[in-house]
Amino acid sequence: MALNRRNFLGAAATMSATLAAPMVRAQGRPHVVVIGGGCGGATAARYLAKDSEGAIDVTLIEPQRTYYTCFFGNLYIGGFEQYDDLGHSYSTLAAAYGINVIHDLAMGVDKDAKTVTIASGETLSYDKLVISPGIDFLEDSVPGWSLAAQDAMPHAYKGGTQVALLKAQIEAMPEGGRYAMVAPPNPYRCPPGPYERISMVAHLLKETNPTAKILIVDPKEKFSKQGLFEEGWQNHYSGMIERIGPDFGADNTEVDPAAMVINVDGVEEKVDVCNVIPGQKAGWIAHAAGVTDGNWAPVMPDTMRSRLDDHIYVLGDASEQGDMPKSGFSANSQAKVAAMTIRGELTGSRVFPARYSNTCWSLIATEDGVKVGASYEPTEEKIASTGSFISQTGEDAALRKQTYEESLGWYAGITADMFS
Amino acid sequence: MPNEAMRGDARFVPLRCVLMRICAAALLAVAWPVAAAELTGDPARGEELWQECSGCHLIGRDAVDAVGPHLNGLFGRRAAAHGDFPYSDGLVRMGADGLVWDFETLDAYVENPLALVSDTRMGYPGLEDPQERADLLAFVRLYSDSPADIPEAPRTANPSNHDIAPEILALVGDAEYGAYLSSECKTCHQADGSAQGIPSITQWPEDAFVVAMHAYKRKLRPHAVMQMIAGRLNDEEIAALAAYFATIEP
Repeated sequence: MALNRRNFLGAAATMSATLAAPMVRAQGRPHVVVIGGGCGGATAARYLAKDSEGAIDVTLIEPQRTYYTCFFGNLYIGGFEQYDDLGHSYSTLAAAYGINVIHDLAMGVDKDAKTVTIASGETLSYDKLVISPGIDFLEDSVPGWSLAAQDAMPHAYKGGTQVALLKAQIEAMPEGGRYAMVAPPNPYRCPPGPYERISMVAHLLKETNPTAKILIVDPKEKFSKQGLFEEGWQNHYSGMIERIGPDFGADNTEVDPAAMVINVDGVEEKVDVCNVIPGQKAGWIAHAAGVTDGNWAPVMPDTMRSRLDDHIYVLGDASEQGDMPKSGFSANSQAKVAAMTIRGELTGSRVFPARYSNTCWSLIATEDGVKVGASYEPTEEKIASTGSFISQTGEDAALRKQTYEESLGWYAGITADMFS
Repeated sequence: MPNEAMRGDARFVPLRCVLMRICAAALLAVAWPVAAAELTGDPARGEELWQECSGCHLIGRDAVDAVGPHLNGLFGRRAAAHGDFPYSDGLVRMGADGLVWDFETLDAYVENPLALVSDTRMGYPGLEDPQERADLLAFVRLYSDSPADIPEAPRTANPSNHDIAPEILALVGDAEYGAYLSSECKTCHQADGSAQGIPSITQWPEDAFVVAMHAYKRKLRPHAVMQMIAGRLNDEEIAALAAYFATIEP
């Protein structure tokens, strides 16, 4: 059709109407906005767009152009992974599935108007909203530490530059120096994560600075895979690692980032690197959206729908759902249930009973991998564990090597499930 | 390339598996169920059956590896743990996961090699008759020299039925349900069939998929994650997954 003045004017009129009324979407297709492009958000966006085959418009809001996985960040510290290999682009989500990827920050949610405002000032309307923002840190969780101190005492508990900073600090430690971790209180992202990190720091130091020492200041009495980690530390890093638990006052810890001092129940410890992993809460946009109750966002166990808003779903670390650990695997699993539910609501596609699963692999030393996992199903009250397994102490080297190789397969699998 | 060769083999074996199923259905019509508990292996009859194995496997004094590994000392040995024999990736994986050859696992493997090891290169369609398996294994175990690991008569007399009931194999899977269920698999198994540390399950023949999943469900195959995943799938759900994965485009 040749464009003449008359239909040009018509097109312009339609366009201005669209601008004036953001609720109107092209051709009336339902619109899902996803805030956060991690394991929950990227998976939800991909499955919604892929499975609805164009019947749903999907917008993904994520400030970072490259997503650096938090999982396997420890393996980068240990020297088993390259930093660049942990980075993933959103380009396939846009190109292959037509997802509208907006690299910007979500600033607010109006639940009544069903709109999201982003930092550019633009307002996006939604039929359903998925919030998957990961974690933020509790203020005053570790007295003396704040986000302003994250360069001196990195948390390295979000993927990317913080992890690179921590590795550089460890590599710059003086000979025979001391690395310390202030471990987080429950609940927190990736329960075995801090202890896999200890293993990987020990591996790095054993190779580059073998007289260096490691101190863990831990407010928890017990931790994930404890028997497996302690056996591995004894086998691989004997005499290198010391852990102070709450029985010796680790639940009363302060830090002084300027002096590089940790004060554990009145006893000062001077350290060279201090990795403070504070207590955690849902990412702030979940709080701003008004779907949190306390630190986390409660959700329905059968759908991941917010208990506080029928049109909002909360995934992953930020959600409070029951027995599932806060992990990338869990978020990916929850995203598929939410995507199926939302698609059913918006397009009438079949809806099946929810089922969830999780497995967490950890690397203790070269080719010494362990894992823990469980399957889950919704009950009235929560997402409940229906069965579980864990690696055993004393396993032989062939099985541990296989478990490690399996974790590489999982990394390739889950990142493909999010981004490819 | 070894991968190419393996894929070729994997395609070939399931075809035989299908043929075997057809034969099995014919046999079962007249002979089902076998009174398995009364079986005791007869090594003399087993030696006759061994002739079919001896084209690839040697056993006894001076036996060496041939097309397949020699089978001296097989009972009590971990799968794929013998010397430098170039086992298939699947057998190596099963061995690392803890599969040990005893009467029960060998009985399952001889009955249907694919039930235990999906990409085994053992070009053997399986032995349907429980009595013949008992006879064959009674013969093979004469060449295993650690008696403590060898099941004696009571164990031999209780072979379990490792086969899948024909009505389970006959289930027509709901591929749309399978597509949803598959999302749980795809966290680890890549839909495009590429495999790094976790094997591909894309475009498997449906019966091979069903047999493998039931083997995990019954804990014949050793792998904690897969036993857990398969453990909560019912027969229809396994059929649904098989129908879905058989047809997806990589």
